[in-house]
Amino acid sequence: MIEAFFFYVFALMSVVAGAGVILARNTMFSVMWLIFCFFNAAGLFFMLDAEFLGIILILVYVGAVMVLFMFVVMMLELNKAKLREGFLQYLPTGGMIAFILMIEFIAAASSGVFSNEAIMAVGHLGKEVNNTVEIGKMLYTQYLLGFEVAAIILLVALVGAIVLTLRTRDDVKYQNISRQVNVRKEDRMKIVKVKL
Amino acid sequence: MIGLTHYLIVAAALFSLGVIGLFLNRKNVIVILMCIELILLAVNINFVAFSHYLQDLSGQIFVFFVLTVAASEIAVGLAILVAFYRTRRSIEIEDMNSLQG
Repeated sequence: MIEAFFFYVFALMSVVAGAGVILARNTMFSVMWLIFCFFNAAGLFFMLDAEFLGIILILVYVGAVMVLFMFVVMMLELNKAKLREGFLQYLPTGGMIAFILMIEFIAAASSGVFSNEAIMAVGHLGKEVNNTVEIGKMLYTQYLLGFEVAAIILLVALVGAIVLTLRTRDDVKYQNISRQVNVRKEDRMKIVKVKL
Repeated sequence: MIGLTHYLIVAAALFSLGVIGLFLNRKNVIVILMCIELILLAVNINFVAFSHYLQDLSGQIFVFFVLTVAASEIAVGLAILVAFYRTRRSIEIEDMNSLQG
């Protein structure tokens, strides 16, 4: 009973927050709504016995990715009035496509293949089962290759993001560190014998 | 009793909201990136729900990979956006037409 209550709270809030993301006038509010949506999705993850992923969603997604979004939104000067132009122009097409998509998904989800009779409703795991330990056991054995590939993808994204945003300005004087380090005594200093 | 169907319906609603957002916001690339995040979140909810109801932990591992790819995609996407803004002073979709044939 209490589980159903919390499920409906989290589900309703995440859908409301999702609507807020696309309807908010200010881009900053969209980011805020998305953060709220992630928190509620993390609540749904907790209810599905995926504690580790719920924590990861809050720490990595809200803590890192959404903060990155916020930085970019604050860094760019956006013209709010202009950004809303043509908002309703695409509503009929987009709304229709998304509505049909949703009807299809819901029809498939409630067709009986995934109903409680077909897939047994399972209880929650006991306290002795540690979600993090189980994920670690699986991730570092069976899915080790995928784990390494994910690491390389993150490295490439890291280097790529730095390279894309790096700019060298001509109007600023820089030190040339390698020249500075490589300089020798003979390059800079002349010893002169002074006649006494 | 909350079954798998309930979670699938929530994910379907979030996915559709993301798709609507892609269509509506033709001016702001940041909102489009956020809509992609919303779509990926719906996929993740599906993965975790199936993982729970089928008693198979593989679904949660795949959520990991989806999160990894989404995070790197956002990092590179925002970097491109910042570089674009520096040259064009705008992040509207309609201004991104310099690659047209």
